[in-house]
Amino acid sequence: MHRSLRLLAVLVALFALPFSAVRAQLTIEIVGGAGTAIPIAVVPFGGESAFPLGVSGIVGADLQRSGMFKLVAADAVVPRPTRAEDVQVDVWRGRGADAVVVGSMQPLPDGRVDVRFALVDAVKQSTLAAMSYTVAPAQFRATAHKIADVIYEKLTGDRGVFSTKIAYITKAGARYQLLVADADGADPQTIVTSNEPLLSPRWSPDGTRIAYVSFEAKKPVVYVQNLATGGRQAVANFRGSNSSPAWSPDGRQLAVTLTKDGGSQLFVMAADGSGVRRVMSSNAIDTEAHFTPDGGSLLYTSDRGGSPQIYRLNLGSGAVERLTFDGSYNVSARPLPDGKGFVFVRRDGGRFQIATQDYATRQVQVLTAGPGDESPSIAPNGRLILYANEVGGRGILAAVSSDGRIKQRLVAPATDVREPAWGPYARP
Amino acid sequence: MKRIVLAAIAAAFLAGCQTTPTTAPVEDKSAAGDPSAAATAGASTSGTSTAGVGGTSMAEKDPRKDPGNILYKRSIYFEFDSFAVADQYKPLIEAHAKYLAANRNAKVALQGHADERGSREYNIALGQKRSDAVKRMMTLLGVQEAIVETVSFGEEKPKNPGHDEASWAENRRVDIFYAGE
Repeated sequence: MHRSLRLLAVLVALFALPFSAVRAQLTIEIVGGAGTAIPIAVVPFGGESAFPLGVSGIVGADLQRSGMFKLVAADAVVPRPTRAEDVQVDVWRGRGADAVVVGSMQPLPDGRVDVRFALVDAVKQSTLAAMSYTVAPAQFRATAHKIADVIYEKLTGDRGVFSTKIAYITKAGARYQLLVADADGADPQTIVTSNEPLLSPRWSPDGTRIAYVSFEAKKPVVYVQNLATGGRQAVANFRGSNSSPAWSPDGRQLAVTLTKDGGSQLFVMAADGSGVRRVMSSNAIDTEAHFTPDGGSLLYTSDRGGSPQIYRLNLGSGAVERLTFDGSYNVSARPLPDGKGFVFVRRDGGRFQIATQDYATRQVQVLTAGPGDESPSIAPNGRLILYANEVGGRGILAAVSSDGRIKQRLVAPATDVREPAWGPYARP
Repeated sequence: MKRIVLAAIAAAFLAGCQTTPTTAPVEDKSAAGDPSAAATAGASTSGTSTAGVGGTSMAEKDPRKDPGNILYKRSIYFEFDSFAVADQYKPLIEAHAKYLAANRNAKVALQGHADERGSREYNIALGQKRSDAVKRMMTLLGVQEAIVETVSFGEEKPKNPGHDEASWAENRRVDIFYAGE
């Protein structure tokens, strides 16, 4: 099963141009899918061919890429339905579709376009959703992602993440870049360029800022950069190393690892770098902190037991609890948004793999085979995990569903890509 | 393949009209904590380093830049998952400690490094543990704590870009940098 989205990739490469610089575009290939994908027909929208960039193709690509849907060919059906009431469910049932998406794109006198769609349940013969948007052509991509989000939520019960953004770091020669792109890899924008390494990009919960580590001062320093203005501030630039930033769920605080008082220790500070306080004291390595969704605890990596393992610190009581016991190397914990478990990196023999662990049962589910999988980042709906791996000495990004069934590869030609960070839900 | 080629052609064709509205070039280097900045602010170290080390009496020549001098050696290598300074590096560290004791304006940054395996963030902490180990040895030898800053590059600056044990052995290290170098 190896369906590459050729047409989309070419369209994206061509159409990203007028709005942004064309960079090493990430394209997504599905390398393994769910056995129970929902068969859905996305019928080309009425009037769509009048525009260089249609909407239905992007909607279909989004749904297919999620691994939760299987596209049913729609082009042979004549006449082509564009409204829910025109959908003859028998025809679509006969083609194997459980759901049908129809729509239209109608130019308005002011240059904007009326985009509307309906989602029809071909089994129950009912309309599940019908919405319209009045948008400029430059917003077609964003509108398509919104429509895909609605369809995904109606049919799976989970919120869609097609309208979110991702951040990642590329290395080309001695040049490092921090980029932000749409979740499908489209429209990459460079936000930092440096001749020294960049690391650990982390989205603020409202999606307006990114914290990251830069080595431009010949040592790790934590910055927070505003995405709208490009302005930035060194929020942790103490003597020694400053690394591993993580936002609190309310966006007001950052957890960081500092060595200013000796050793790699955990601190929490306000997001502007003020009010630095040490949250724990140990004579071991403590790093890679992430706040739990309730903001009350940190998951982090410590070697206090002799090997790196994942621990939980209750910020209120100061109580520390070891969470991983299986194996001699368990690191990079990221709490799942449902509060029931976490994603982490484990070493099995010499292979580094992405896994999940449940807090209550301590059951570990290994999601990837390795050998060099690292830096996991969880989609805001908790369903997909973006991570870095290395193939032939070159870093690429990949994604796996949190149940391990769906696997994707994000490929950027001729660039070493690492350190992915999935952004929060877009603000309504 | 066709996809990549077409995308590459499109990218090449369009490269001429790049716009990067949100780019923030890295140029506002902060001086705080940067040993090279500290050296610029203080007295120049080159030219004043006239004290002999290990029998060297060449007043004009900087022993740190003499390939025949032990002070020219700047790297201490570590075993896998280890922070112990091997005995073979003790003369090297002692020589730098002596130099620092004799040259009051000299400051050093010890840069710790790890090999590429495992978490990038955890590897920063591993590199830090190595640079801290070298610093501890230096301070035991009488070097003032304040003139040694320990930092870590984690796995980000390998000396050898290879992906085998021989390369990794070169990358698990601490490099000594004098302020102003």
